[in-house]
Formats: sequence, C-alpha cells, structure tokens
Amino acid sequence: MAKVIEGLYYSESHEFVRIEGEFGFVGITDYAQNQLGNVVYVDMPEVDDEVTAGEEFGAVESVKAASDLISPVSGTVVEVNEALEDEPELINKDAFENWVMKVKLSDPSEVESLMDAASYEKTCE
Amino acid sequence: MSDMKKTCLYDAHVQLGATMVPFGGFEMPLQYSNIIDEHRAVREACGVFDVSHMGEVFVEGNDAERFVQYIFTNDISGAEVGKIFYGMMLHENGGTVDDLLVYKMGDMKFLLVVNAANIDKDYAWIEKQAASFDVETRNESPCWGQLAIQGPEAEDVTTKVLGLPCKELEFYTFNEMDSDGEHLIVSRTGYTGEDGFEIYGTPKYIVAAWEKLMASGHAKPCGLGCRDTLRFEVGLPLYGDELTDEITPLEAGLGMFVKLDKGDFIGRDALLKQKEEGLKRKIVGIELEGRAIPRHGYEVLKDDVVVGTVTTGYNSISTGKSVCMALVDINAAALDTPIAVRIHKKVQPGIVTKKRFYKKSYKK
Repeated sequence: MAKVIEGLYYSESHEFVRIEGEFGFVGITDYAQNQLGNVVYVDMPEVDDEVTAGEEFGAVESVKAASDLISPVSGTVVEVNEALEDEPELINKDAFENWVMKVKLSDPSEVESLMDAASYEKTCE
Repeated sequence: MSDMKKTCLYDAHVQLGATMVPFGGFEMPLQYSNIIDEHRAVREACGVFDVSHMGEVFVEGNDAERFVQYIFTNDISGAEVGKIFYGMMLHENGGTVDDLLVYKMGDMKFLLVVNAANIDKDYAWIEKQAASFDVETRNESPCWGQLAIQGPEAEDVTTKVLGLPCKELEFYTFNEMDSDGEHLIVSRTGYTGEDGFEIYGTPKYIVAAWEKLMASGHAKPCGLGCRDTLRFEVGLPLYGDELTDEITPLEAGLGMFVKLDKGDFIGRDALLKQKEEGLKRKIVGIELEGRAIPRHGYEVLKDDVVVGTVTTGYNSISTGKSVCMALVDINAAALDTPIAVRIHKKVQPGIVTKKRFYKKSYKK
C-alpha cells in the first residue's frame, strides 16, 4: 500500500507539495515512485527558474522510461535537492523526504485547488 | 490487450506478479521484481527468461542449404550439423528484413529462429523466396516454447536443476536431446553477453522446466526489461532499434556476419555498392558526461547540427554511465568525436565510443 502523509497537498499527476511559510517543497509521491520502479535519474530545474502550476519542470526517470514532473505550484525555484544528482534512488527509499525542488510561492492560494491526503489516497486505489 | 498472443508461461508470469506489457504481439513480462536486480542476477549468477515468443521456421528439402545461403547473409556452406550461425535476411536494397539464428539440424534441414514481432512478415517473405527452390518451409512458432538460462551459473543450473547434459556444448552449437520423454533442442546461445543456454521444447516441457527452475531457487525469473539492458550493454542490436527495414547490417556495424564473398544472396549487390561508395551513416556508441538518459528517438548533435538519432540508450546498470547507441552521419561517427544528445530541453555533451559498453563473458 502506498504511503500518504497528512498535511501535504497532492496533484493528480502524483506530485506533492509541503508548505513551509512562503515556500513549497515539491516532489513525487510514494505511489508514483512505486509505479516507476528504480529511479535512475532526476532531471531537475535550476535555481532561479520560474515554474508554473500545471506545467512541466523536469523529469524523473526509471530504467525504462522518463516521466515528466508537473509543478503543483507557481513560483521561483530557490533550491534543488542536489543529493538526487548522485543518488536518485533516494526517491525510492523515501519519496516524501526526498523532495526535488523548493519553490518561493508566487500565489500561495493555488494549493487550495490541490487534493488533501484523504482525497489523494482515493485516487491511488 | 485482448488481441495479444500469450506464451505457454503466461499463467506462471501472472502468478509471480510480473508486470505484463505488449511486445511483438505477445503479452510478455517486463519485470518480476525490478529491472536492476534481475539484470544483476544475470551478470553475477543466473537468470531465466521466457523467450517462447521467438519464432521457429523450419526449412527442409534438397535445396535447403542453397536456399538458406540465398536468403541469409552469413556463410553456412559445409557446416557441421549442430552449428549455429547469426546473420540477417535482407531486402534487395540491403535493408534488413530481420536478424536471426540459423541452426543446422541436418544436411537438408535448418531451423531459423526469428524475432517475435517479425514472425508473420518473415514467414511470408521466406515463402515468397522459396517458390523457385525445392524446399518445404514450416512456421512452427506456436508449437515451441523456449527458455533462456543465462549467467555465469547457467551451466550448473541447466545441468543440475534440469538434468540436461550441456557442459560439452560449445558456444553457438546445439544438441537435440530427449528429457522426460520430450524432444528438446538445447543450444549454447543467448542475448545477454553472458554464458548461457536456450532450450526449445513443447509448451508442456517448458512449463514443467520453468516450475523446476523456480522451485530450485537458483534461477531468478527475468523479464524483457533486463533482457534489453543486458543486450544493450554488450552492444547487441535489437531489430526495430539498431536494425530495421531501412538499416543495412553494414550501417549497423555487423559486417562480420555478412559474407559478401560467399556467392549470391538477396541484398548482396546493394551491400557491395554501399561498401564501394562508402557508408553515409553508421551505428555508433556514445558516452555522455552526465547522468541524463538518452532514449530511443532523441536527437544527436554535432556542433549544434542534428547528425542522427539515438537507437537505444540507458544509464548502464553495470557501469553507472549514461550511454547509447545512435545512428549518425558518417562525419560524426569517428571514435572520440565530441557529440551531444538533446535530452528534454538540454543538450548533454558526450563522445563517440565503441558500441560495447560492457565486456562479454562468453564461454568459448
């Protein structure tokens, strides 16, 4: 059973965002990593890139396939998770802990259109 | 996937929880556990693959040898019974109909093992060519199941778990044998770059052998996912990627399996011409500096100009490097040429290398 964490916001394309003040930590869900299998590469954005809710900001790749990452929020990338450059498999170990990018949110109200844990859990069944 | 064919091991795959995917018209296991673990099992110990989807076409008759020589690029003349040859069947223009193994079963009998996706195309093509020869051709593909047991421990597993005497078999030879009252063909061949065997038998035998292998715990079930990563690392071509109706074996770097001096065969004139004029494009290896993964169809660039496309690419499981095979213009094909692949929106730098990214460990 895929893990779902309370207090995070979820997108239909299986990204999550954890809100801390004016920042959002964005990654893929446990369900997504489980579907992908061994993650062998994460194509991350660069610091200062602008990202837009609903638009692609990178990709996460398994042995066989690349899967686009869709940003659940809009804003400016202030940090990327550099640990994933050398150890992309960290996403398989703990997807929620190993976020991909930290975004300074331009419109914090956007998260209201995302799912909460209970709603997301239903989409994974 | 309702129109998909199933191999005799379909139920066994589902029971093991395999992820099933369409391949070559069949529903096949992509992976049972995960591709990386299955890949490593074959490199380090022993893995078993269901390859029952492969096609078996028999050619028999007075003209059998002459006919095979005429449709096949390698030279089988004067070969001993029990020998196996790798080569291609070509269109008149030199493009590849399929790559295949030819088993010499008798002086007037040959077995052609062809790719699953091409069975119908190949058989129609073979039948058409056979019209003016004294041969009988039979597509027996649905009657045969096939296992590939691969890895450094493959000989031990095949001998001890299945009780098949295979120690004496040399690389690219086979024996016909009986086991449990069933007629088998056992060859020292494979598609992984490791030592190993391929066993052809009735579906009944193949299902029973699979069960024995699973019960033994000495052969890890392996899916098509790692079959592709394994063959790719040692530079073996896959029809559809490195060979197609439009790509000649010379362009694919498979000239050693094309015997232009053996006499006439279909496609020979086109290849002679291509050789004389010089190749205009070629399959090369590319090693990238970073970890971004080049995949089939991605653009290859030299000095910001598109010079070709990736045919197969991975982050190599055995070496950790991001590498690919690519079909590129000849001016970009020399070893050590600086070259790049467009991956998503970025251009990733690399250099041209040999197509072999990992050393083969055949027992010869």
